[in-house]
Amino acid sequence: MPNKPDLLPGTLDMLILRTLKRAPQHGYGIALSIKHLSDNVLTVEEGSLYPALQRLLLRGWVKAEWKKTETNRRARFYTLTPAGRKQLGAELSQFEQMIAAISRVLQDA
Amino acid sequence: MDSLLLFFRKLAILFHREKFSSEMEEEMAFHREQQEKALLSDGAAPDSAHYAAKRQFGNTTQLKEQAHELVSFHFETVLQDFRFAIRQLRKNPGFTFTAIGMLALGMCASIAIFAFVDAALIKPLPYRDPSRLVGVFESIPECPQCPLSYPDYLDWKRLNTVFTSLDLYQRNGFLLSTPEGAQLARGLRVSDGFLRTLGITPLLGRDFYPGEDLASAQATVLLSYAAWQQRYGGKDDVLGQTVILDGAPYTIIGVLPREFQFAPARSAEFWAALHAPNSCEVRRSCHGLMAVARLKDGVSIQTALADTKSIAAQLEIQYPDSNRGQGAAVATLADVIVGDIRPILLVLLGGAGLLLLIACVNVTSLLLVRSEGRRREIAVRGALGASSARLVRQFATEGFLLVGIGSALGIVLAGWLMRLLTRLIPTDMTANMSYLQDLGFNLRVGAFAFTIAILCMALFSVVPTWRLSLASLRGGLTEGSRGSSVNSWSRLGSNLVVMEIAIAMVLLVGAGLLGKSLYRLLHVNLGFQPDHLATLEVDAPDDVYGKDESSIALERRVISEIEKLPGVQSVGVSHLGIPMDGNGNTTWFRVIGRPWHGEHNDTPQRDVSPTYFTALHAKLVRGRYFNENEDASKPSVAIVNQALVRKHFSNDEDAIGKQLSFVPVATKPIEIVGVVEDIKEGPLDIATPPVLYFPLNQNPSDSFAVVVRTSQSEASVLPAMVAAIHRIDRNIAVHDEMTMTEKINNSQTAYLHHSSAWLVGGFAAMALLLSAIGLYGVVAYSVSQRTRELGIRLALGAQPRAVYQLVMKEAGWLAAAGIAIGLACAIAVATLMRGVLFGVRSWDLSTLAAVALVLGASALVASYVPARRAASLDPVEVLRSE
Repeated sequence: MPNKPDLLPGTLDMLILRTLKRAPQHGYGIALSIKHLSDNVLTVEEGSLYPALQRLLLRGWVKAEWKKTETNRRARFYTLTPAGRKQLGAELSQFEQMIAAISRVLQDA
Repeated sequence: MDSLLLFFRKLAILFHREKFSSEMEEEMAFHREQQEKALLSDGAAPDSAHYAAKRQFGNTTQLKEQAHELVSFHFETVLQDFRFAIRQLRKNPGFTFTAIGMLALGMCASIAIFAFVDAALIKPLPYRDPSRLVGVFESIPECPQCPLSYPDYLDWKRLNTVFTSLDLYQRNGFLLSTPEGAQLARGLRVSDGFLRTLGITPLLGRDFYPGEDLASAQATVLLSYAAWQQRYGGKDDVLGQTVILDGAPYTIIGVLPREFQFAPARSAEFWAALHAPNSCEVRRSCHGLMAVARLKDGVSIQTALADTKSIAAQLEIQYPDSNRGQGAAVATLADVIVGDIRPILLVLLGGAGLLLLIACVNVTSLLLVRSEGRRREIAVRGALGASSARLVRQFATEGFLLVGIGSALGIVLAGWLMRLLTRLIPTDMTANMSYLQDLGFNLRVGAFAFTIAILCMALFSVVPTWRLSLASLRGGLTEGSRGSSVNSWSRLGSNLVVMEIAIAMVLLVGAGLLGKSLYRLLHVNLGFQPDHLATLEVDAPDDVYGKDESSIALERRVISEIEKLPGVQSVGVSHLGIPMDGNGNTTWFRVIGRPWHGEHNDTPQRDVSPTYFTALHAKLVRGRYFNENEDASKPSVAIVNQALVRKHFSNDEDAIGKQLSFVPVATKPIEIVGVVEDIKEGPLDIATPPVLYFPLNQNPSDSFAVVVRTSQSEASVLPAMVAAIHRIDRNIAVHDEMTMTEKINNSQTAYLHHSSAWLVGGFAAMALLLSAIGLYGVVAYSVSQRTRELGIRLALGAQPRAVYQLVMKEAGWLAAAGIAIGLACAIAVATLMRGVLFGVRSWDLSTLAAVALVLGASALVASYVPARRAASLDPVEVLRSE
């Protein structure tokens, strides 16, 4: 198995929120989306995904409800809340600042 | 705001815990299904897709556990831990009871002794700014902390620059006239500013006025709270009433506060102003007054000492006759009051601490054995998803429970032990140690108990966790994994046992030395025969018996009345003290015809009846006893003890016939007519100084002590003696009636040695028991772990005897190492406590050998049982079960 880079610490919440911004999703869907969108570079381990979702629920950044999937299977769908949207914005701008800072250092070196 | 929201969300989940779990499960199942489908569509075989999905998903339980931890409140898991811990402890009652019992024992001993230490040594004296209070003394080589004379006091008070106030107190028995006859009431004579110096104001009435302590002032007295309650019913109209003390009227001007205590006063009821100077206090050479002073701000004890010393030096030059060789001493009041019991208390605290330590070590090793046994359980729990923090917390919870129950029990027992110990102190001693009256639980004792409990908890939760460092968890699952971890446990366990045996050795040696000290103390040569000897003291009113001839008549009457009682063999009388009373009441003398340079030869003086030495069964070495008719009309004579002969005469000199004179005021020559063997006048542990005995009839007194030699039980004669004296006159006070054996056993020296020997002995016995249990535990565990090895040895033909020896040898090594280390520590500790030992060296060989033997024997017994078990193993059984 090729070595895959670990997620940057603290970015999982942001990735989940970003995924949910497009459309409500269930857990498996979120994991799949992140994997596909990152061209298989980022894998979200189930071991971190579900605790992270619980954390976001508790914070009130996402909502969960049970719905039917296309295949008529019951699944828990997560939706972004307004608070989550705000949080996503904050995290994104923070993240961009950091990336910009890091790249400045790297270019200069 | 956010945290509030969080709280409510958690609360909502708490009430729908079932739903939360099932939804979580369903969600994960859905995830796995989707994954399986994806794998199938990638072309995997159905079976392997199923497992791959599962594997990829990972540890479901752990995930759920994590999610639970996230959404649940802290206390829920704590409750779970407690429930589980209680279940664990109940499953193993043997372990639980042993551990809790040992902890309670150690805590109980330490807390109780600490409460005593607190009451006596830590709690500040209950006076204003107590650290600024000092005791001030005159000092001579024979008596480094001696009372002051009144003229010296006046000079010190006038000349010093270091005290804001300097005041006096003197213990005094007052003859109190009551309707039922005379009683002796404990009292204190104090100078006018005494209470102000301590910073105490009376509860009722007023303090003494300045100048009220002079002979010219009206006689006034303050009542102690207890005297007010008991003698006057606590009524307010007591102020202004008159009380007759020593035949003179005193006006009651106030009542002292209830909580006021001053240990040197014992339980004084009447606090009278000094009314100086009396016949002693006019003389600069008569030292009878204790002094207490308050240091000026910024003045240290050293400065005060230097100042008083320079005044003493000045007085030496000014009054060479009386003040020659007299220096000064200053000590904190706390030192004056508790100085003599400090070392004993510290030894006891040390002993209790060691007992607690041994209990902790024992519980630790029990916990270790148990955590080894739970290695599998822990590994399984870890594999099933318990987070490592949760596992650590489980151990912490169990430690918390053990220590919590143990300390609760220990505290209850400590309260009980404190009461028991205070009740065991003779009332005479308690009066002397009034600071013990608020012995009990207070903030400091509570904090002490809390601190040791916390330390124990930390120890008991850290140790097992550390042993099961979670990295090695996986190993725990593999069957029969008894490799290196067990060996290292054995090493650790063995070290703990060695430590326990060493501590037990220290305690046993301490107890042995204290016991031997006590034995030596109670067997010092007293110079008289203490059994069948009854004593009491007589105080007759001066207005009736004060004249010489009436004093002599009274003394003769008392002797003849008591001689008539059944069972009485002989009766003696002494003024200024009987054996064990102390080395005080001294006089100054010189030997006539010797060069004399003004030295005082401060020497205890006793005025005794002719029958005194016979009644004591003292031994006359040379010369004769006094005669019945030797009174003031006959030449002055004296009997001296051997110590005086040794000090003042050379070996080939005969003391008989030599003449003495008092100094500085010369008297007519006093001829030595007899020499007696040294009689123990003072504390048992102090060598008897030179003593002078004079005929009572040449110095008559209406207060004296009576010693009675009986043929039957001396205690049974005492009531008849009291009655006989009261038949002579109801107004004669009789007090301190006791047998000489009581007097000896209740003396402070004997009592302190007695109690410390018994207490440390008790601690040592428990330590011995605990260390034996510890050794047994370790050997038994090691045998159980080596069952397979021993089975193979037996199967290969080893004799059971050899296996038995193998185990015994291992135990023997541990015991030997413990004893050797303990020996070194014990000698060091004994050197530290040599101050409380009497007549025993700190490296007393016979004690050390006896203790080593006792410990060795107990170790042998403790390892015998597991060794037997090892030797009787059935190899077939053992190998089959593996």
